[in-house]
Amino acid sequence: MARRRNFDIRVQPGFGLIALFTFFSLYLPIAALVAYSVNAADSLSRWDGLSLRWFISAWNNQAVQDASIRSLILAAWAATFATIAATMAALATTRTPRYPGLTLKYAFINQPLMVPEIVTGVALLIVFSRIKVWTGYSGLGYLILAHTAFCIPFAYLPIRARLENMDLTLESAAADLYATPWRTFRRVTLPLLRPAIIAGFMLAFVISLDDVVITEFVKSGGQDTLPTYMLGQLRRETSPEINAIATVFLALSVALVTLFYFVNRRRP
Amino acid sequence: MASASETARAADAKDRRSRWLLSAPALLIIFVAAVGPLFVMFAYSFMEKGDYGDVKFGIFSLDGWSSVLLARDIFDDTLGFADAHLTIFWRSISLSFYTTLLTLFFGFPTAYFIATRPATSREIWVFLVTIPFWTNLLIRTFAMQQVIRNEGLVNTALISVGIIDRPLQIMNTDVAILLGMTYVYLPLMVLPLYASIEKLDFKLVEAGYDLYASRWQVLRRIVIPLVKPGIVAGSILVFIPSLGAYVIPRVLGGGKSMMLGNLIELQFGAGRNWPLGAAISITLMALVMIALLIYVRNVSRTESGHG
Amino acid sequence: MKWKTTSVAAALAVFSLAGSASAEGELNIFNWGDYTSAELIKKFEETHDVKVTITDYDSNDTALAKVRAGGHGFDIVVPSANYVQIWVKEDLLLEARPDQMENFKNVDERWVDVAWDKGRRYTVPWLWGLTGVGVNTKVYGGDINTSAIFLDPPPELVGKINVAPEMNDVLFATIKYFGADWCTEDREVLKKVRDKLVEAKPKWLAMDYSVTEKLPAGDYSAVYYWNGAIMRSRVKNPDIKFGYPKEGFPYFMDSVAILKDAKNVENAKLFMNFIMEPENAAMISAFAKYANGIKGSAEFMPDDMKDAPELVVPAEFESAGEFLETCSPETQQLYARIWTDVQK
Repeated sequence: MARRRNFDIRVQPGFGLIALFTFFSLYLPIAALVAYSVNAADSLSRWDGLSLRWFISAWNNQAVQDASIRSLILAAWAATFATIAATMAALATTRTPRYPGLTLKYAFINQPLMVPEIVTGVALLIVFSRIKVWTGYSGLGYLILAHTAFCIPFAYLPIRARLENMDLTLESAAADLYATPWRTFRRVTLPLLRPAIIAGFMLAFVISLDDVVITEFVKSGGQDTLPTYMLGQLRRETSPEINAIATVFLALSVALVTLFYFVNRRRP
Repeated sequence: MASASETARAADAKDRRSRWLLSAPALLIIFVAAVGPLFVMFAYSFMEKGDYGDVKFGIFSLDGWSSVLLARDIFDDTLGFADAHLTIFWRSISLSFYTTLLTLFFGFPTAYFIATRPATSREIWVFLVTIPFWTNLLIRTFAMQQVIRNEGLVNTALISVGIIDRPLQIMNTDVAILLGMTYVYLPLMVLPLYASIEKLDFKLVEAGYDLYASRWQVLRRIVIPLVKPGIVAGSILVFIPSLGAYVIPRVLGGGKSMMLGNLIELQFGAGRNWPLGAAISITLMALVMIALLIYVRNVSRTESGHG
Repeated sequence: MKWKTTSVAAALAVFSLAGSASAEGELNIFNWGDYTSAELIKKFEETHDVKVTITDYDSNDTALAKVRAGGHGFDIVVPSANYVQIWVKEDLLLEARPDQMENFKNVDERWVDVAWDKGRRYTVPWLWGLTGVGVNTKVYGGDINTSAIFLDPPPELVGKINVAPEMNDVLFATIKYFGADWCTEDREVLKKVRDKLVEAKPKWLAMDYSVTEKLPAGDYSAVYYWNGAIMRSRVKNPDIKFGYPKEGFPYFMDSVAILKDAKNVENAKLFMNFIMEPENAAMISAFAKYANGIKGSAEFMPDDMKDAPELVVPAEFESAGEFLETCSPETQQLYARIWTDVQK
């Protein structure tokens, strides 16, 4: 063995450096954004010291308030519906031998992941604008429906994974004790599944909160969500207010993901 | 015996029926708000365009499809290739390709680095990659703009150090889009790569060194072939959203450097040509499907190779 | 885990409450971005107890396409003069008869019998202005009263120009640059126009809107854009100077119209009447830095607007300005195709 004794077979030269550079680059723009948001200056290009004025002005901006509330309502409804539908679908597609139509179901449920958002967006524009004219209803329902659809695969993922790894003994024990299928589900399966359902709900919530493309094409007048409001602002005069809004949004996403991480980790 | 198997079959049928019922809501929602509209759009691509948007309902026309690639010259009325569209197709494909390469270049060492950390700190590194991944895409694009704009972080830093005396024009160029997409889609490369490097059996690497292989040879001949499924998965996960990118070129491209997503939006907005927009959308979807097929073939080949 | 379910349920309840709580009435305005004074809206909301929502658009074509698609939910739209007739022909506007409204007496006679809306049966003036060039004189010191600034840019400006992505304004300047008339169908001229634009476009940096931020900050050194935005840039950075293209420049007027399928017609009419009040019209002008069409509004306007070089057209350039007419559909179609060639 000619190899030196402290030769680490896992090391590749330069990889550590590139990796650290990557982590640095991943966080640099985010850090810049946060830094700009506490900049007192009127302009994005000057530094005038620390201030929370842009947070206050964003908070007082009626359009921002409306858009934020709308985003949260939308995400709450879409994530709720998506989680319910995904839980049912996961129960229907796991712990079973292959049956005709199973592949079709997989393909359907994962479809929103495969098609570029812009394509779904314009397709929905075509269909929904016609339905809006026919029915005369142009409320939030269209957005909730569209968001629910693309949230389903995200809610489905953790629930399906959990179901597949779940121990069947408790359930068969319940069945042996003559519990009805519904009672078995209610008392045994559902409690076991709860962490995954919560995780799925949170994923769906974040995904809905983040969407900009599909919302941009489906929304009616006065239905801006926070992301579409920001997209509109980005093309015009970019007030430093936008940094503050982005920072708050960022904090919210990070909080949700951290929560998700811990919920998901607490596996038995 | 016969009755027993019949009962079993009946139970089976009942089970299947309830499984269909259970999955009905999800399937229905996705059909109404995702799959169905695609069929309607397909139909629209074969209709004649309306004067100010929309289509002339029910009037058949192939204009939408033919104008994806062909255009009649305004002045001498000759039919030629629509180089406006070809330019945009080419930009989308090549930018997506370069984005994939760049994310691979930065993503592979990063994933390898994470996978070779001790198990306890590994989770934290993965978490650090996950956070940007779940952060709003628009916000990350906007953050990138703050870094590369003329008065932004990079230019200010370079000028103050004295490397350049005038800001580099990065915003509103293809380079800006490339940087933006690389930044935004990098986690999509790192995560699958990490998953597959983590499973790597380092005994094989050790065997390589026992046979006097250099580090480079070990990387090229042992590590890369073994984690190829991860590389393919990561590349597909980056390539597909890049191809359909809309927000990033819109924010960083300054309305001048369009990609397919923006071309589609233009047809449904100011361009007033819905059938063309529909036809381009379907073409984009076809490109995505081709990429997915390549992926599936690759995966099944690797699987059969190992099995 | 229980507290989480409870908190989610509580949050849901709060959200649905927040969604249903709203003012007496609503009004959905679809207007150009960065064009509506927040003060004006606030005053309107307080006076009439109406909740106003504003949605931005970035071009006449975008607005038309969105409304034409249906189910848009807007009450008010603000099309430019040369588009008003298209909106009327497409049967999208409500004949709101602003000429019978109380404040109509305030409308300047010059803006009553306009070509696009004789006698003002559909629309009320919002703002008017012109499209010209804005140049950072620190970067380029030569003659700026010419369209050559963006069509044949001097080397100092190459790669630093932003051009408004509005088809008619750009084509107008280019057609005039070759000495022809607007709405011309002369293929010879139009071929030159197209070739010139295709040749010039690589020398531009962007075709975008964020001029009031990026021109003063130095991201752009020259723009072909609307005079009010250039004035706002000049206030932030005195190096910016406005140029009147001597070859020809277009005037525009944007007018407020009510949509046929508006849900809040009464509030929309209130709004129309409201903006014909001189003091309110002055608020619109003071924000966007364009002139309005309301008599007596000048006295409510900030002083810096009265003699602004961007707003008061010098006598020597007066004859170069022209209102954009609506060309025939065929010509319009032809121009649209030239524009597509430019946009790639």
